[in-house]
Amino acid sequence: MNSWERFVDAFFNVKVMAKYLPDIAYGMLVTVELAALVIAAGLVTGLALALVRSLGFRPLNLLIIFVVDLFRALPPLVIIVFIYFGLPAVDIAPSGFVSTWLSLTLVLMAFSEEIYWAGITSIAKGQWEAARSTGLSYGQTLMHVVLPQALRLTIPPLTNRTIAITKGTALGTVVAVSEILGMASSAVSNSYNPSPLTMGAIAYLILFFPMVIFGRWLETKMAWKR
Amino acid sequence: MAAKPIAGSIVQARGIHKHFGALHVLKGVDLLLAERELVFVIGPSGSGKSTLLRCLNRLEEPSSGSVMVDGVDMLDARTDINHARQRIGMVFQSFNLYPHMTALGNVTLALRKVAGKTRNEADTLGHAALARVGLADRAGHTPGQLSGGQQQRVAIARAIALEPRVMLFDEPTSSLDPELVGSVLGVMRDLRESGMAMIVVSHEMGFARNAADRVVFMDEGAIVEEGTPAEIFERPVQERTRAFIGQIQRH
Repeated sequence: MNSWERFVDAFFNVKVMAKYLPDIAYGMLVTVELAALVIAAGLVTGLALALVRSLGFRPLNLLIIFVVDLFRALPPLVIIVFIYFGLPAVDIAPSGFVSTWLSLTLVLMAFSEEIYWAGITSIAKGQWEAARSTGLSYGQTLMHVVLPQALRLTIPPLTNRTIAITKGTALGTVVAVSEILGMASSAVSNSYNPSPLTMGAIAYLILFFPMVIFGRWLETKMAWKR
Repeated sequence: MAAKPIAGSIVQARGIHKHFGALHVLKGVDLLLAERELVFVIGPSGSGKSTLLRCLNRLEEPSSGSVMVDGVDMLDARTDINHARQRIGMVFQSFNLYPHMTALGNVTLALRKVAGKTRNEADTLGHAALARVGLADRAGHTPGQLSGGQQQRVAIARAIALEPRVMLFDEPTSSLDPELVGSVLGVMRDLRESGMAMIVVSHEMGFARNAADRVVFMDEGAIVEEGTPAEIFERPVQERTRAFIGQIQRH
């Protein structure tokens, strides 16, 4: 075998790939499930925190800021390990899937809260004043005037952050989640051939490339003339 | 300027004080506005004109004093402020249109959400209000597609669509290019002729001369002098008024 053949055999071994394709496909399914749950829960709780913060109740805001900074500072893997290996000590034993989901949700919540908050505070005071002067309540102003504008501003940073954090689903492999990387790794151990990792990489591209494109499309669609 | 209650007065502000921290912005201002009256408020920047206006609909909370608008005590904790604000239209220097909505959307939002109109009713009223400001054909345009003058007229339509009892104008033409000022003043003149009670903070002296019933000169948080346009512009009594009028007339 020359070195080219060895390279192909290692990373593009068709036999190995065919054998483990179903495993990788299953891993993709788990990754999609995990990612969807993280995105939904993270973006919703982040928005909820930002809305609560906009009420300007100081003790509550300090708590929010503390929580948000905590989860922005901690590496996601540390949170996952903490939940998966730590919580059983107090008789709570979440599965690897739940641990990973909860950790990434908390991280996305924290980052998205900051992004939403930046969006809300960037809306000119005059927008609030104009709306309130016509009799709209605080909540109505937030809902109909401020949030629609703020959300448009947040879409580019939010998309980037969401993609970055969702890719963290691969961290689930350390707590035995059978997502793409987990499935690929065990396939490598079983076949003594790294080709499943190539499939894993391709699987990630198939999942995340459209997300990147979708984010770009949203950005242009949501832009409006000022 | 001892203010006696005037029968049929639509705005009665008495003894308004406003502090911003250590800054004493309004120092006991009394302002009465009769039905159908147009009062012009002039004065150097920082004299408290805008703050006074904003105290009337409680965009700014007065530190003390009383504000009655159309018989409603604006400072009473039991007053539904959102309901009361519908009766007080306000127009801002920077228009403050909602950029994500069309002109019609801007005008109808409060009609639907505050006045409780259905979408159809609100659209009908909204189109009528836009027609009143000469923008019937711009209903579907977003603020970004309109000139400054058109934007300000949409802002006026947004306010008058709620059928307010009084309109507050906070330097409505100050951020407009000179050639666009006329269209906004024209709409304000029409409003005046329809009998709308108005308080206008502005430096448009020509408009004040033609349209104002009364001119109020403010300086350093207090009303220095008030009178008819002729009295204030031609024969001001107070030295500060004279100096200010002299200054702006040189321009």
